Amino acid sequence: MSSIDPVPGDWQRVSPKYVVVDLLGILVSAIIFTAGATVPFWVTREPAWLIAPAAVLVLHLLIAAFTPRRVRALGYRLRDDDLVFRKGIMFLRVVAVPYGRMQLVDVNRGPIARAFGLSELKLVTAAATSHITIPGLPETDAETLRDRLVELAESRRAGL
Amino acid sequence: MIGLADGEWHRLHPLTPLLRGGLGFIAVIGIIIANLRERLVEWFLPGLVCPPGEDCGQDDPIGYVVENGYAVIGLAALLGVLLLFVAGFYVSWRMHTFRITDEVVEVRSGILFRTHRKARLDRIQGVAIARPLFARIFGTAKLEVEVAGQDANVPLAYLGNAASDALRGDILRLASGSRVGSAASSAGAASGSLIDRRVSELLAPELDPSLAPPESVVRMHPGRLIGSTLLSGTTLSLLIILAAAITGTVFAVGGFGELIWTLFTLIPIAFGLASYQVNRVLKFLRYSIAATPDGVRIGYGLLSTRNETVPPGRIHSVAVSQSIFWRPADWWTIRINRASRQTSSDGSAQQNTVVLPVGSRDDVFRVLDLVLPGLVADGGDTRELLERGLAGSGPDADFTTSPRRAALVRWFSWRRNGFAILPGAVLLRRGAIWRELAIVPTPRVQSVAIEQGPIYRGMRLVHVHVHTVAGPISPALGALDAKDAEGFFRDAAVAAVAAAGTDTSHRWRSSEK
Repeated sequence: MSSIDPVPGDWQRVSPKYVVVDLLGILVSAIIFTAGATVPFWVTREPAWLIAPAAVLVLHLLIAAFTPRRVRALGYRLRDDDLVFRKGIMFLRVVAVPYGRMQLVDVNRGPIARAFGLSELKLVTAAATSHITIPGLPETDAETLRDRLVELAESRRAGL
Repeated sequence: MIGLADGEWHRLHPLTPLLRGGLGFIAVIGIIIANLRERLVEWFLPGLVCPPGEDCGQDDPIGYVVENGYAVIGLAALLGVLLLFVAGFYVSWRMHTFRITDEVVEVRSGILFRTHRKARLDRIQGVAIARPLFARIFGTAKLEVEVAGQDANVPLAYLGNAASDALRGDILRLASGSRVGSAASSAGAASGSLIDRRVSELLAPELDPSLAPPESVVRMHPGRLIGSTLLSGTTLSLLIILAAAITGTVFAVGGFGELIWTLFTLIPIAFGLASYQVNRVLKFLRYSIAATPDGVRIGYGLLSTRNETVPPGRIHSVAVSQSIFWRPADWWTIRINRASRQTSSDGSAQQNTVVLPVGSRDDVFRVLDLVLPGLVADGGDTRELLERGLAGSGPDADFTTSPRRAALVRWFSWRRNGFAILPGAVLLRRGAIWRELAIVPTPRVQSVAIEQGPIYRGMRLVHVHVHTVAGPISPALGALDAKDAEGFFRDAAVAAVAAAGTDTSHRWRSSEK
């Protein structure tokens, strides 16, 4: 079954290194939440409660198994008048933001992503629901993209 | 340039300290006096409260002060505190200044903690004049310049009635980019004594006759307002809670004896909901809406009134909706999303977004004509299209609706659930029981998105979202065919870009000479 693709064409992909960053993030979350899920077992000493950490672990393994595909599914494209961003395979989302609507462009770096030289680009419009975050961009790419977007937004400035 | 909008710093109305905080001060004095009532009576009418020869009332603080010879010190301290308060209010008033230039409106306030708030005039989202009951009695009003953002308003509280009306006109004229000189500001040439003026101001219609057609385009019938309030979700949920509690007590706990106690616990809830509803009725009894050159003017309130002017292009989306209980009478309500939001305890955030509390279908079209000029006006075709948007169902030349398989996720509304893209607006029609038509003017679209989860993927269905500023309306539509949704995404994205490029509404009268 083909997934929806309203604007067929070439998508800019994020860095493949982002797979490792994402996996490390999942690993951290897996350790914390699996440990947290063992609390009922420590309290009650009922072996049945070990199901909880097992379930959490399996869930994280599932998420991790899909990570390479999920990262490949991330894409963005600079069209003439708007930026289109897509993400997700199970939960697919495609957003188009006209350049003139961008209120600010953020570049963020988390500790793990920084170790791999990656940045995250965040776009904000007047609508809180627009939220677009493009993760896994190489630092220089992220900064050129940010400058380019700010320039485009400035040239097409409109009211709210 | 005349009046207060001359680019100079001005002060607020001299009664401001009294209206803002002085009332509380007077109330405190009142409480003290009330507590010393017996002593005062004793002073003026000796022997009335305290029979001669008896030692009464000497154990309160005043008695203590007088007996120990601290009377002078006590009086001096009291005087000092009083003077401090008066001086504080006076200085606070002196230091609270504002100015309106061609570009910005600025307010400086505070004694120890200074604030300086500046708002660009071409970014204003509306101007509201609020008159709380007490301020109304003193002939003053609070002017709020609304700019985009949460609680980002610039309030000017308080100004004289005539001054606030004139200032509103000036601010809107400056913001509109109109190069026309100040429209001969009719000061109303108030004649007669002060009392006459106050009375006529109190009874005057909410709309300044020189700026707007005096007639509101919609008349609020009290019967309709009360009826719609009684048939609203709040009232019905109250009745459901009551019914559930009564049946629950009688059948589950068994016995009418318990019923009394259940009812007792429900009384506070009932009171809360009832007062909310009564407030709604009182608030909208004198509702009015009219077109002015500078946008829609909406007024409401019975004792405390509020009057908002929303310039063109400041309405980010409009929703016309009707619950199933309103359907027999064909009543509708209209809400809007605006970029300026207020968080307030008295529910004015809700008032801020309701442009038609309840109205017939004709009222709906009259109001839509005001809030979305150009959409309804261009002939009967659009009106007929909007009619289909309000109550129609099934696909047609304009509306693309959900496919048959969507009946699994939209049991009743799959025939109705659909969208239409007009040159100036995106229409989203949804809900068979709770009908709603969301209209987003294309120049106000912030972004467009489509989404698909695993279940929708299996059914080849898609969610579409049109993002606008936050508010009571979230324009989105589920359960559309994948191909239709992709087409919607492409068309809406193109329409949004094109409309934003040609939109000039942030300076809505700049083309006038």
